Amino acid sequence: MKILFVGGGMGGTIAANNVARRLSKEIRSGKVEITMLSATDQHWYQPGLLYVAFGKMALTDICRDQSSLLEPGIKFFVDPVEEFELKQNQVRTKAGVVHSYDMLVIATGCEAVYDEVPGLKESSETPYTRDGAVAMFKKLRDFEGGKVAVVVGVPHKCPIAPIEITFMLHEFFEKRGIRDKVQLQYTYPIARIHNIENIAKWAIPEFERMEVDYETFFNMKEVDVDNKIVHSEEGTEKEFDLLVTVPPHRGLQVIEDNNLGEAGWIPTDRYSLMMNDQDNVFALGDTTNLPISKTGSTAHFESEVIGENIASLYRTGTATREYDGKVYCFIEADRGRATNACFNYIDPPEIKAPTKSMHMLKMSYNQWYWSSARGLL
Amino acid sequence: MPEEKIVDARDTFCPGPLMELISFMKRAEIGDQLELLSTDEGSANDVPEWISKVGHELVSNEKIDDVWHIKVRKAK
Ligand SMILES: Cc1cc2nc3c(=O)[nH]c(=O)nc-3n(C[C@H](O)[C@H](O)[C@H](O)COP(=O)(O)OP(=O)(O)OC[C@H]3O[C@@H](n4cnc5c(N)ncnc54)[C@H](O)[C@@H]3O)c2cc1C
Repeated sequence: MKILFVGGGMGGTIAANNVARRLSKEIRSGKVEITMLSATDQHWYQPGLLYVAFGKMALTDICRDQSSLLEPGIKFFVDPVEEFELKQNQVRTKAGVVHSYDMLVIATGCEAVYDEVPGLKESSETPYTRDGAVAMFKKLRDFEGGKVAVVVGVPHKCPIAPIEITFMLHEFFEKRGIRDKVQLQYTYPIARIHNIENIAKWAIPEFERMEVDYETFFNMKEVDVDNKIVHSEEGTEKEFDLLVTVPPHRGLQVIEDNNLGEAGWIPTDRYSLMMNDQDNVFALGDTTNLPISKTGSTAHFESEVIGENIASLYRTGTATREYDGKVYCFIEADRGRATNACFNYIDPPEIKAPTKSMHMLKMSYNQWYWSSARGLL
Repeated sequence: MPEEKIVDARDTFCPGPLMELISFMKRAEIGDQLELLSTDEGSANDVPEWISKVGHELVSNEKIDDVWHIKVRKAK
């Protein structure tokens, strides 16, 4: 049986390693073949970009060679897929190679897009890209004071990031001794300051303590670059001296171009993680159209389900597990503290007061991630 | 031809129904209609409030067997 993984990011890597360990004997005997195609030979731990943007980590800390993270039985090629020919059970790559499969897992992620908000790219800082995170740190370090606005595009990956960025901005300016010269303004697209009600309830008193102004129902429409004003779809505006954005995201163009999903989001069954109307194609991580958080932890928990199901489909012809919507997120706060949110389709998260030990745990996880990607954690 | 779509945002906390609707509106053409399914208490109020703030059209908003069916049309 040929199992093909398209995408070597968090989801693709954890899932491929999971399957490779479960079917190691079959791989050794040549009965099963696992191939991974990716767009790069590097593996980026994207959550680390937030720390790069605040000068706490370097880009070199958050990157590894992709091949070093894969189980030995996995054949890995840096050759992005350009055409998905699902009816023929095959894909065609940039180099023109055709890979056929019995089971396909698509985990191509999503990416920031700026074209929806005129003026945003040239006037904002962001931790969401590698260049952006490095540039943001330089801007923060040189900032002397004024209005800082946090603006959030829809949809976006890592839904906790807007809150974390705000805590981290507060702490950064406090440490630099210029917090009293900074007017920190947070905006959010919906009626409360975070889409998860318990996170919003927890964060409001924290924001009030930190003297962060906040405005809800704020969806960026355009940025007046010369006058440094963001206009919202709702008719309001924010002046800024420094604009920090969580940009809007889309799934990848290759997904849309192949008619696999509008805006690059693949229609996916929320329990089986199978692409709709397909019986041998799984979708995983940020590229699904599922109405759940686009986070590495989502991709991780989904990978475990997909790993187990591919192995059992191979052995018994039946999938054994359903994804329950589990997501686990650390939430960085200020003063060296953090808390966390764990939830699924049914149970909302309970948010506890932030602690120093939770922050230490997150800092440790930033190092352990590489074991997690290998599937050892 | 205007499109009619259903977005099933039942039993999910994040990003939640209104975020799903905002994403849809960005991609939709004027006249397209969406039926949003939600089990989130707040969205029965928040969605109509947002719709009126940005000038789209609320077609209907009803609760059937603990699920809100909120129909909206892109107006601009
Ligand atoms: C600033 C920031 C902070 C974050 N913080 C957190 C956090 O604290 N916790 C958390 O859980 N998540 C966090 N995330 C989100 C997390 O990084 C993503 O949700 C996760 O990486 C999604 O995994 P994925 O496998 O779906 O996509 P990705 O990890 O993005 O991988 C996509 C892969 O597809 C490959 N690819 C692209 N095109 C092709 C093609 N045509 N053919 C083959 N391969 C292709 C790419 O090279 C890449 O390897 C954060 C993200 C950012 C940007």
